[in-house]
Amino acid sequence: MITLTINGEEHRLDVDPRTSLLDACRDHLGLTGSKKGCDHGQCGACTMLVNGRRINSCLTLAVMHEGDEITTVEGLGEPGNLHPMQAAFLEHDGFQCGYCTPGQVVSAVGMLGEVADGWPSNASKDLQNGAELSGEEIRERMSGNLCRCSAYPNIVDAIETAAKTTKEPA
Amino acid sequence: MRPFEYARAGEASEAVSLGGRFIAGGTNLLDLMKLQVETPDKLVDITRLPMRDIEATDDGGLRIGALVTNSDLAADKRVRDDYPVLSRALLAGASGQLRNKATTGGNLLQRTRCGYFYETSQPCNKREPGSGCGAIGGFNRIHAILGTSDKCIATHPSDMAVAMQALEASVETLKADGSTRTIPLIEFHRLPGDTPEIETVLEKGELITAVRLPKSLGGTQIYRKVRDRASYAFALVSVAAIVKMKGGEIEWARLAFGGLAHKPWRDTAVEDVLKGQAPSRALFDRAADALLAEAKGHGENDFKIPLARRTLVSVLAEATQGA
Repeated sequence: MITLTINGEEHRLDVDPRTSLLDACRDHLGLTGSKKGCDHGQCGACTMLVNGRRINSCLTLAVMHEGDEITTVEGLGEPGNLHPMQAAFLEHDGFQCGYCTPGQVVSAVGMLGEVADGWPSNASKDLQNGAELSGEEIRERMSGNLCRCSAYPNIVDAIETAAKTTKEPA
Repeated sequence: MRPFEYARAGEASEAVSLGGRFIAGGTNLLDLMKLQVETPDKLVDITRLPMRDIEATDDGGLRIGALVTNSDLAADKRVRDDYPVLSRALLAGASGQLRNKATTGGNLLQRTRCGYFYETSQPCNKREPGSGCGAIGGFNRIHAILGTSDKCIATHPSDMAVAMQALEASVETLKADGSTRTIPLIEFHRLPGDTPEIETVLEKGELITAVRLPKSLGGTQIYRKVRDRASYAFALVSVAAIVKMKGGEIEWARLAFGGLAHKPWRDTAVEDVLKGQAPSRALFDRAADALLAEAKGHGENDFKIPLARRTLVSVLAEATQGA
């Protein structure tokens, strides 16, 4: 038995060591907001926050995350009480089929936390000083989230809008 | 994925005594386990070991704990200020999510991205010694042009390790018998030879505990990565350059290359061509001649020979600008 802390709630579960954090949430706990796209860390649909940092939940084992604070898209907001990032995706129509959207939203929230901490990116001209969150910066920092419908222009707009209203992750 | 036994280590000494494959970030190992390219019987989770600090060393350098994530290392102020080539290389690799999980030790131990290594229905001497190499005479666009053998033409995929090679990093380890050693990074990775399945000089059960960087020598530091997409793609060719100018001449240069070989490539003969010389296009071409004297294409990757030349010339021109 392991104990996972997800969206502030403790869950006891009995899992095979092979179970990814993604499968533990989806198949054992009914938290199906996080999506399985490629299952190889390439698409970002499974993105969760672990201790405030975004990761690919398909590429990590549930048994390795006892004691961690895990946040899934369900923990960000819910109908009637949306996280500003979720609201911005709605406002800007930042999706088409919607399958990649939970991963995009969680990744974008984690990304804004990284920007708030002054982390540079490959698009940053200057390594030393905090980057201004331009469209170019957003595209680079979000390159781990693929959208097969190619809703990218509206995703970038949504994140730019949310960046103005949120400064801290989750 | 094949079943395996899972154990969690609390201390480094416990980790090396448990036996089994170490798992930290897991971004490469678990991917390969899903494909049954890797089939360990036992995983030893080392993520709880106290190896997440970046400390200043007595000789003015840095000691980077093996579990420091690629993100934290790239963002560390001392790395950004004194070793910008390393920050740049890290930021050019993978995605935000992967960099948050991938560790310093694990990055060094990444396996190749060769398609034949990944596809278990195909021959691969690295995955299954003696089965042959599908890439020789096959699809080999991403493969090596330097230091290959007739058994393997795979490349090492790391960006971080290329910058560390130029910085003359070294690797601290702990062996199963409790002894420790420090391995210069230049000696850490192996060329494929007849045993491409052996990629480093690590012994069975030997754990990377830290990477040391010597005191920064300053200079102009550049990491240039040429790839198929603007972001989130492995290098076709990459160059890590540290160049120090003095009185209009190149006082010294340190150069390392990614995407070209089975290991992060450094060839001091290239640096010797540049040392004490005034920068010029002709000089940069002579440096490229030295780098590529033994280069061999395998068909689809022939383009890497002129691409490596152009990338090196371009980086040297940038590094010596205004001299």
